[in-house]
Amino acid sequence: MILFEEVVKRYPGEYVALAGVSFEIRHGEFVVLSGHSGAGKSTLLKMIPVIERPSSGTVRINGQDVSRLRAAAIPYLRRNLGLVLQESRLLFDRSVFDNVMLPLVITGHPPRDAARRVAAALERVGLKGRDREMPAGLSGGEQQRVAIARAIVNKPSILIADEPTAHLDRAYAREIAALFKSFNEAGVTVLVSTHDSELFAHHAPRRLVLGKGILIGDSE
Amino acid sequence: MTGWLYLHLRAMAQAIRRLATHPLGTLLSAMVVGIALSLPAAGYLLLDNVASLARGVSGTPEISLFLATEAGAAEVKAIEERLGSEAQVASYRFVSREEALRQLEQSGLGDVLGGLGSNPLPDAFVVSARGDDPGVFERLQARFREWEQVEHVQLDSAWVERLHALLGLGRSAVLLLAALLGFALVIVTFNTIRLHILTQRHEIDVSRLLGATDPFIRRPFYWFGGLQGLLGGLVALATVWLTVKALAAPVESLAVSYGAVFSLSGPDLRQGASLLAFASFLGWLGAAISVRRHLAERLR
Repeated sequence: MILFEEVVKRYPGEYVALAGVSFEIRHGEFVVLSGHSGAGKSTLLKMIPVIERPSSGTVRINGQDVSRLRAAAIPYLRRNLGLVLQESRLLFDRSVFDNVMLPLVITGHPPRDAARRVAAALERVGLKGRDREMPAGLSGGEQQRVAIARAIVNKPSILIADEPTAHLDRAYAREIAALFKSFNEAGVTVLVSTHDSELFAHHAPRRLVLGKGILIGDSE
Repeated sequence: MTGWLYLHLRAMAQAIRRLATHPLGTLLSAMVVGIALSLPAAGYLLLDNVASLARGVSGTPEISLFLATEAGAAEVKAIEERLGSEAQVASYRFVSREEALRQLEQSGLGDVLGGLGSNPLPDAFVVSARGDDPGVFERLQARFREWEQVEHVQLDSAWVERLHALLGLGRSAVLLLAALLGFALVIVTFNTIRLHILTQRHEIDVSRLLGATDPFIRRPFYWFGGLQGLLGGLVALATVWLTVKALAAPVESLAVSYGAVFSLSGPDLRQGASLLAFASFLGWLGAAISVRRHLAERLR
């Protein structure tokens, strides 16, 4: 489903973020990507929705080489991925409903069906009935839940999260980790990066460890 | 098709919301666009009125064909037949030498000719051409000159040509003014859209991450530019209409004092629609250039 083959990412100044990383994630897996800050976790995750392209090597999603994808085709790839970034990246001048609705607006969903999906996604993340609230009035954990609802509203087959619990206290972080587990149990392939691998230890059976751009561990 | 329409309606609604969010800014932009556009629009309308006045006053410019004094009835008939078959001749009338003498006597110049003993005036045809194109008059004049028994051809269109030249100059000036002010309006919209892109860069980036295509991101800006232009066009239309209403009575009085009948008219439905379409196009163009310039980097 997700295949990295000898992926190298070199930034200007010859800084090497990834130095020949190879692994495969199969359909329905829950994988945690761990490592210290600067290990290359974010860079690796950015390769999947083509926010970054590899300097060399290949990234394949469902057999398709996305590292050489035309710019015009990238949006259509991203619509099939659920993305949760380190910061919630919500639109603070829009309501919770409008934020979660955005991916459906982008894909041109009929409004009535879209509203049903938004309600279902919010219920899934425990924010039922909070759709008219503004993000600024929510706690950090709730904002991250809104971001997760936005990521799953399009029913993606792959969910990618970059440090989704980075700014949350322990209780909120556990709730978020359990939420990802529930998506995985529903059949979604989940790849989560974290510097706190213990948090996901009993949710994710597989753990990839990055160190200075090199894959130094794979629990498989 | 339905999805495409939905996305456009949504982009339009988004653009209207943005315009409504800053009513003062929207009003000021519309005023700037409107006042700038009203100048060439008023100039065009004035020229249009003068041109219709000129058409009315000049009626059908005339060409006089003076025949040779020895031309007999058969030659006169032959020329009349040739005139009848000329496609660009609208009408003609024959002025016999006797009638010409009579007209001269009535004008008070009979005494001058009295001493000559015989009528020195030739038979003549007075010809009206179709349309008011000076080129047609000149071509007809050149052709008539070659006809037998035609001694002299006089084209009475010098003033028409001067008027046409003046109208042409006026049209060029209005066109130049429209181009210059149109360019200014494109710049105004360009800058407005640039500021919108800057303030919405977060939303643009988030939308991109969620799978928004370039057209999805660009569309609301195009609508915004087009609608801002349309609002400016409405201001221009209202300005020109009010100006015409305000000046109609004084202009009519002035015309009457010169013994003429003239009243300012317009803008009519076609002119109004053209102005609105032109203004919308300029707004869209400014937005398109700005989006191309400022979104290019964000959309890579």
